Amino acid sequence: MNKLSKDLRYTESHEWVRRDSEQEITIGITDHAQEALGDLVYAEIYPVGKRLDAGDVCAVVESVKAASDIYTPLAGTVAAGNPVLAKSPEIINRDPYGEGWLLKVKTAHPVDLSGLLDAAGYERMLAEAH
Amino acid sequence: MTQKTPLYGLHERLGAKLIDFSGYLMPLHYGSQLDEHHHVRRGVGIFDVSHMGIVDIEGEDAGALLRRLLANDVAKLRNPGRALYSCLLNPAGGVLDDLIVYYREPGRYRLVLNASRKEADTDWMRSEVRTLRVRFEPRADLGLLALQGPGAQEALKIVFTPGFAERLAALKPFAFLENEEGFVARTGYTGEDGFEIALPQARLTQAFSAWVDAGVPPIGLGARDTLRLEAGLNLYGQDMDETTSPLESNLAWTVAWDPAERDFIGRKALEQERQRGVTRLLTGVVLAGPGVLRSHQELREGERNIGLITSGSFAPTLGFSIGLARVQEPRPAHAKVVIRDRALEVRWQPPPFVKQGRVLVPRAD
Repeated sequence: MNKLSKDLRYTESHEWVRRDSEQEITIGITDHAQEALGDLVYAEIYPVGKRLDAGDVCAVVESVKAASDIYTPLAGTVAAGNPVLAKSPEIINRDPYGEGWLLKVKTAHPVDLSGLLDAAGYERMLAEAH
Repeated sequence: MTQKTPLYGLHERLGAKLIDFSGYLMPLHYGSQLDEHHHVRRGVGIFDVSHMGIVDIEGEDAGALLRRLLANDVAKLRNPGRALYSCLLNPAGGVLDDLIVYYREPGRYRLVLNASRKEADTDWMRSEVRTLRVRFEPRADLGLLALQGPGAQEALKIVFTPGFAERLAALKPFAFLENEEGFVARTGYTGEDGFEIALPQARLTQAFSAWVDAGVPPIGLGARDTLRLEAGLNLYGQDMDETTSPLESNLAWTVAWDPAERDFIGRKALEQERQRGVTRLLTGVVLAGPGVLRSHQELREGERNIGLITSGSFAPTLGFSIGLARVQEPRPAHAKVVIRDRALEVRWQPPPFVKQGRVLVPRAD
């Protein structure tokens, strides 16, 4: 069973998103995503200051077997990448909702996550896919 | 249609993530592909490779047929109980498959073929029989296990009687023994010591379970791929196929040119290629910086395309990425790989990258 956090919002492409402040979000990948990808060995976060439109690629994570694009659901600029990932990408497997976060985005507009799935909605989506 | 090996139920119970590989539902990993890789490099692990094809070729002309079909020469196998690696070629010198042929006794050979190629290979080989007296017997009744790692020899005792285990431990690479306990060869696809073991179905399940119950971890195809890549071993369909010759696939050593009168299929084409010199060659590549090499990435010298990555991965033993690449000859001293629109420096590194636990690559920094 996949662990989900009630405090987070989810995308159909298996990112989770947390509102940190009025104009900042944190993005990571879900437990389901890390499990599907397998052992992660590399994460490339787009450089701080990089401008992003909603739906743009903002990072790439690679497992032993495959590379996977990570998308931002909101427009903004990259504010920070998780510094731990360069040395220890496996932290994403171990703690996808905590220490294994990917990046923070300073949003172009006040954070509005109402278009995303809540935990129950994401869970339903996963159940339907099976 | 997806097939299952006799061990499918066991894989499910062991929590395997199962994927379709060459039409078979096979374990990709049982939790962590990286851990499984390290188990084999440092200890021992057990693989189900029953998707591979086993075909017995028997009859008084079996040797003659194989000397015509294979680029390597079974006449090198002077005594029963020895095996060799060979390519099966088409008339243009392209690789139809790579295989191991086992010499069991005069007029009796066994071939182990890639899963994706077994039917095509058998059709091709049969079409060359003509007036020769040979029989083909595909052995779907046998499954295949690979016990691999520096601890493999010790782990033989878990399944085999002490007497047989002792005789197996004395085998040289590419030698094998068979009796009522099984067909066991000192071969593998990991760059480590190990054994490949053909068993009838009932015994297969028993043996696999016995190893797992004794603490030998099951290993999936994911780790099998990173182990073979570190060992510099080609994967059929990825690093070579019908459009590439053994000479340009780093397998010139497997072509038996002598005796000159042995007219194996593909010989003329290979002789011409050897005279002209190959125009491209499979070589090893190391990515100096962060990132992961993947098949189909382009290699460049300046703006010029000079080749393609055929296999690429993160190398768990090394901690950085390596690959095999087919590159124009002569190749430049410096090249870059294009990963998502960025060109990153690579270094050439003749494979293998890792052999019997020893790292043969200088650190990439």
